[in-house]
Amino acid sequence: MALFTVRVFVTLKPSVFDPQGRTIVESLHSMGYPAVADVRQGKYFEVRVEAEDAAAAETMAREVSGKLLANPVIESFRIEAPAPVA
Amino acid sequence: MKFAVVVFPGSNCDHDAYHAVKHVLGQPTEFLWHKDTSLQGADVVILPGGFSYGDYLRTGAIARFSPVMQAVSAFAAQGGPVLGICNGFQILCEAGLLEGALIRNKQVQFRCEHVHVRVEHVDTPFTAACGVGQVLHVPIAHGEGQYFADPAVVDRLEKNRQVIFRYASAAGEITDQANCNGSMHNIAGVCNASRNVVGLMPHPERACERVLGSDDGLVLFQSVLQRLTAGVA
Repeated sequence: MALFTVRVFVTLKPSVFDPQGRTIVESLHSMGYPAVADVRQGKYFEVRVEAEDAAAAETMAREVSGKLLANPVIESFRIEAPAPVA
Repeated sequence: MKFAVVVFPGSNCDHDAYHAVKHVLGQPTEFLWHKDTSLQGADVVILPGGFSYGDYLRTGAIARFSPVMQAVSAFAAQGGPVLGICNGFQILCEAGLLEGALIRNKQVQFRCEHVHVRVEHVDTPFTAACGVGQVLHVPIAHGEGQYFADPAVVDRLEKNRQVIFRYASAAGEITDQANCNGSMHNIAGVCNASRNVVGLMPHPERACERVLGSDDGLVLFQSVLQRLTAGVA
């Protein structure tokens, strides 16, 4: 068994309005950044998993992301390849 | 009839719900702890408002995995009446007992005020004593109450008459102005397909006595009492 770090990014589905992102954009515009067209706020997790190999770590991370870290009604998630913890 | 009010770490409307059914409605009522695995013979289960687990991750996301929720799910599957109020509604959605999700209010504000909601359907245990189109004056207190679901899901809920409460004007008109949090179709509350599980963002339990400014919320609890008593007789 080895320890892996898996990075998980959870974002609102494109169809879901993000009022926090909207507020950030408006703030940036008032700060003098009219070129910022849009901001979507999301969540970032570093999940440490004990697993046989990278593939098993990714499977586990995918499972917990689908069950808890993201709500499939409003969010989707993306997982980066697991990195062994040195 | 025995009522149970589930207490999660961070629930803060548990005593309001307890007071409403125990002292105003006058029914035996027990608190259940989130670690309980039995509903102690309750006939009605209320998931109260609050900020279970500090709203960490998402509202209701952690609470839905509490041990007591397995018992609540089993009770709901057998047709037992379950009412989720505010955070309780969010928990029911996270648990998949109700469809949709409650996201950040469109205005990015915590809204704490009295609003009007229109009762759309009276064939649920919690609206049986209401009139169709009856307007209730009840408080809201939430930052994440904007009802969202895929448009296809909302269409199906509408078709199956599962939208039970809608934000409305005092006269019962469904307007954008009355939509206090930007919910799709002004949705304030829904029920499940078998209609025994109901969730809503407003707080009927805080509007059960005239001295509190409104007793319009009491009818939800009278409804379930009437429904269950009729079932026994």
